[in-house]
Amino acid sequence: MLLFGQTVICGILLGGMYALIAIGMTLIMGVMKIINLAHGALVMVGMYVTYVCFKEFGIDPYLGMFIAMPVLFFIGCLIQNYMINRLVEVDSILPENQVLLTVGIMLVLTEAMRLMFKSDYRSVSTSYSSSTVMLGDMSISVPMVIGFIIAMAFTFLLHLFLTRTDTGRAIRATAQDRDAAVYMGVNSSRITMITFGIGAALAAAGGSLLLPLFYLWPDIGHLFTAKSFIITILGGMGSTMGAAFGGLALGIAESLGATYISMGYKDIVGLVIFILVLLFLPGGFRSLARR
Amino acid sequence: MKNKNIIYTAIFVILAAVLPVFIKAPYQLHMLILVMMWAVIGTSWNLLGGYAGQVSFGHAAFFGVGAYTAGLLVFHFGISPWWGMLLGPIMAAIVSLPIGLICFRLRGPYFALAMLALGEIFRLLFINLVSITNGARGVLIMPEITSKIFYYYVGLAMLLITVFVTYLIVHSKIGYYLVSIREDQDAATSLGVPTTLYKNFALLPSAFFTGLAGAFYTNYVAFIDPHIVFNLSNISVMVILVVMLGGVATTWGPTVGALIYIFLGEIFRTTLGSANVLIFGILVCLIIMFLPNGIVGELNLIKRIMSRKKESLTGGV
Repeated sequence: MLLFGQTVICGILLGGMYALIAIGMTLIMGVMKIINLAHGALVMVGMYVTYVCFKEFGIDPYLGMFIAMPVLFFIGCLIQNYMINRLVEVDSILPENQVLLTVGIMLVLTEAMRLMFKSDYRSVSTSYSSSTVMLGDMSISVPMVIGFIIAMAFTFLLHLFLTRTDTGRAIRATAQDRDAAVYMGVNSSRITMITFGIGAALAAAGGSLLLPLFYLWPDIGHLFTAKSFIITILGGMGSTMGAAFGGLALGIAESLGATYISMGYKDIVGLVIFILVLLFLPGGFRSLARR
Repeated sequence: MKNKNIIYTAIFVILAAVLPVFIKAPYQLHMLILVMMWAVIGTSWNLLGGYAGQVSFGHAAFFGVGAYTAGLLVFHFGISPWWGMLLGPIMAAIVSLPIGLICFRLRGPYFALAMLALGEIFRLLFINLVSITNGARGVLIMPEITSKIFYYYVGLAMLLITVFVTYLIVHSKIGYYLVSIREDQDAATSLGVPTTLYKNFALLPSAFFTGLAGAFYTNYVAFIDPHIVFNLSNISVMVILVVMLGGVATTWGPTVGALIYIFLGEIFRTTLGSANVLIFGILVCLIIMFLPNGIVGELNLIKRIMSRKKESLTGGV
């Protein structure tokens, strides 16, 4: 029972941070109807920005994320405006052209980072990196708790932003029906740019929160891309709250798999759930909530 | 036009057949062998992704199954890996049946994601089933033949068979059905095209020839491990980029793409050092943005731009 409790709590904490990354992806997917396969690479770039802040200037990773987020917001806006938006008008045989472009972007970002930082494994060690708190008999890692709290705070703030502000409403309107939103006077290309920026910034935030827990190397992006599209499909495309729950579900499933099956099969659990959800519950958790 | 194509193809085949007479250096031959291998993978991906429009991010699964079939034959039974050239593709085709059953229930981006997930599942399985696959330690075989010229001709034969079969499929009724599925699946269904069945007809040969390339890889390189042959970015994604580079839904596009990918990669590697993949990535982005149908696909556009440039030059001077 103790082991079970610890596993579940660990899964929830990790899942909260995954959720933050996935929310970024689900926003982009909802508004632009494309799968952003460069998302993990954006997470990775965000982690490197935070890492550099820590190594060169001694800024704590949890403060460094506030530097990484604007940087990634800017990069995201550039990518959207000058690369992906261009493809809307281009006529091509394969409809998945924009998705393939994100693959190219992923390649460029990953290799640019490899060129700058080499493929070495890097990690950030702070005074609290390996400290734990005891909850009853269960020991829980402090960076995970902090990360989870910040991630949930960001999720809540984003929810407020999307429901209470004009820009947020415009984003949701564009996601629901792009044409109708344009008729209502929404500048859709500006909105998609902002959305991609926010998505990238959230990716950076999630990455920075995970930095004290993970090793960092240029290829870590693939891991986060996989996790975030699993979560996005779990939660239902374009649904913020769905992604939050999807993140928690994936976190719990993974840590249960790691504890009770084997560490090596941990990632398979997520992927199998993903395919099952795609096949039998294509709308994700959101469609369950509607029933 | 058709006669012209046949003549070009014949010239290409004769050139490729006599090339080893002039190029004897193992390094150049190695490059050419890799080109053949990538051209086979690209051509078979193109059948499913280009003609039928089902963009698969999981072709490494078939490549890896083909490679591992050949490798494990030696590892467990001591049977020559050349039998793998026969069994590997068959295994890949068998594996593709349940995959098709699962994934063709989904469309567009969902299909792409499901294939991606399946490819990753295969990689993780082959890492973790240590008793069968020897896990992450991989399989090392002792190649019986080391002459590069031999592998060159095997690769060439493989490529020609693949291109020929693809050409036959695409120019038969199945091919037209596949294109109709790509252009508008609902319209195809309403006209009575059994879409799922025909998507499977595209997947089967596609998986078969990808498996063949995988088995060839085992024979040629003589070492495989799950991280190499089931790699997402170096196989699954790279084959898409190779096809995009050369030309989607064209007969020789993937071969052109493979030529560019291997040789450009090699040039970048020697001149720019570790920046080579970066430059390649930038090139891919540019191609997708400005030549969305690839180099062969946009040949007319390229020709037009070239001739316009010449005109303006002569006019200026």
